[in-house]
Amino acid sequence: MKLIVAIIQPHRLDAVREALTAIGIQGMTVSEVRGYGRQKGHTEIYRGAEYKIAFLPKLKLEIALADGRVDDAINTITQATRTGKIGDGKVFVLDLEQSLRVRTGETGDDAL
Amino acid sequence: MIDSGNTAWMISATALVLLMTLPALGLFYGGLVQAKNILSVLVQCFAVACLASLLWFLAGYSLAFSGNGAWIGDTHAFLLAHIDRAAAHPGLAIPESVFVMFQMTFAVITPALIVGSYVERIRFGAVLLISGLWLLLVYVPVAHWVWGGGWLAARGTIDFAGGIVVHVTAGVSAIVVAVQLGPRHEFPHGIRPPHAPWMVMVGASLLWVGWFGFNAGSALSAGGDAGMAMLVTHLSAATATIVWMAIEWIRFGKPSLVGAVTGTIAGLAAITPAAGVVGPLAAVLLGAMAGGICFAAVLLVKQVIQVDDALDVLGVHGVGGALGTLLLPFLSMIGWGGVPSAHGMAGQFSAQLIGVVSVALWSAVVTFAITKLAALTVGLRIDHEGETIGLDFAAHGETGYHVMR
Repeated sequence: MKLIVAIIQPHRLDAVREALTAIGIQGMTVSEVRGYGRQKGHTEIYRGAEYKIAFLPKLKLEIALADGRVDDAINTITQATRTGKIGDGKVFVLDLEQSLRVRTGETGDDAL
Repeated sequence: MIDSGNTAWMISATALVLLMTLPALGLFYGGLVQAKNILSVLVQCFAVACLASLLWFLAGYSLAFSGNGAWIGDTHAFLLAHIDRAAAHPGLAIPESVFVMFQMTFAVITPALIVGSYVERIRFGAVLLISGLWLLLVYVPVAHWVWGGGWLAARGTIDFAGGIVVHVTAGVSAIVVAVQLGPRHEFPHGIRPPHAPWMVMVGASLLWVGWFGFNAGSALSAGGDAGMAMLVTHLSAATATIVWMAIEWIRFGKPSLVGAVTGTIAGLAAITPAAGVVGPLAAVLLGAMAGGICFAAVLLVKQVIQVDDALDVLGVHGVGGALGTLLLPFLSMIGWGGVPSAHGMAGQFSAQLIGVVSVALWSAVVTFAITKLAALTVGLRIDHEGETIGLDFAAHGETGYHVMR
């Protein structure tokens, strides 16, 4: 099992959800997060003064998958979020040791 | 002789002016600070309003509006003694009680305006001490000089609704307090942006509406002067808003909400002293100048002189109020509906200049002394840790936004 952690632009969430649903991926967890990468934030201007906004709002998606679905999922997320502009985000893949569905007690791939 | 129409308007106008402090100014300022300081700004405005009201009852009204001394009123109406239920205010067709209350709402908002200079770092005790002394030692004498039959009134200085009495006093004092207090520790390069621009807009909009009570109410009657004051107030505000937006659009590529509504307040402050003597065309010209000049003043204070007058009280209120005061002798001659001065343009300008300069000097000197006293007694600044945590929790033990449910 793998855990995909994807940092995306907030306005791409619906596109990602629709694309993943279309290939049969059934669940995800979304958090509102802030961060910066090579872009190092941006500046905003209020009353003529520049404010450096180092941490920009992003969404973090967490999706647990059976090993066989990972490549499909990564491709789908990438297609749905890529605009070609700086700040499109990142995708990380982690090994997932165990999973458990609380209601039924199922474990492993059955719990995903 | 009390007139019911005049009285009905003045009671309404009084309520509108209180709305300008509670909640309008609180929201206007509150949206501009960081989320961790929102409640501190609201409680500062609220507490200053109540403190000023009590001081107005104790001594302020009497010293400003009772008696005809050149420098200060008398003690006849301390504790609002001798305010007869049935008596009209001398020379007016409204009850004395309504005049006291209308003027009280001006005494409430003026020290509250200064809140904008010291937010995010001041001790609450210093807020109360400075505001209380300031009301009695700066606002009250100046109100007497200009509106209570004092020496500036005798010289013919025109300040219809408070360009000098409210905006110059507050603006100049704001920068004096800001200098003595010192900047927020992230100033100028690490300051966080306004936490809720939408709240700034709600506050500015309520200020705009309340300003109809402020300016049209300053006619002290319900008639042509009040009507024209309302009309020119609105036009100046709208014009200054458009001008400020246009400047931002050209300079920075995008017109901002915070900029637009800051322009609104600049236009309102500028028309305040002139609302009784200019017509619509002159109001549009004044609003246009206010938008441009106050924009430049904000940049000058914050970026060139680098004084942390945090929410630009001097640049927007002080400069706006002074601008309208100084230009009204000329603007009253332009277009239709104005009331040209009997002293001529040059004579009136000299009376206006003396008013602005003397009140600015008085405000600066007395505020310096009051702030010094506060520094030596209650202390001015919250400690560095409290400033970092935010005044909401550090000074008031509460939190504006509990985001986890």
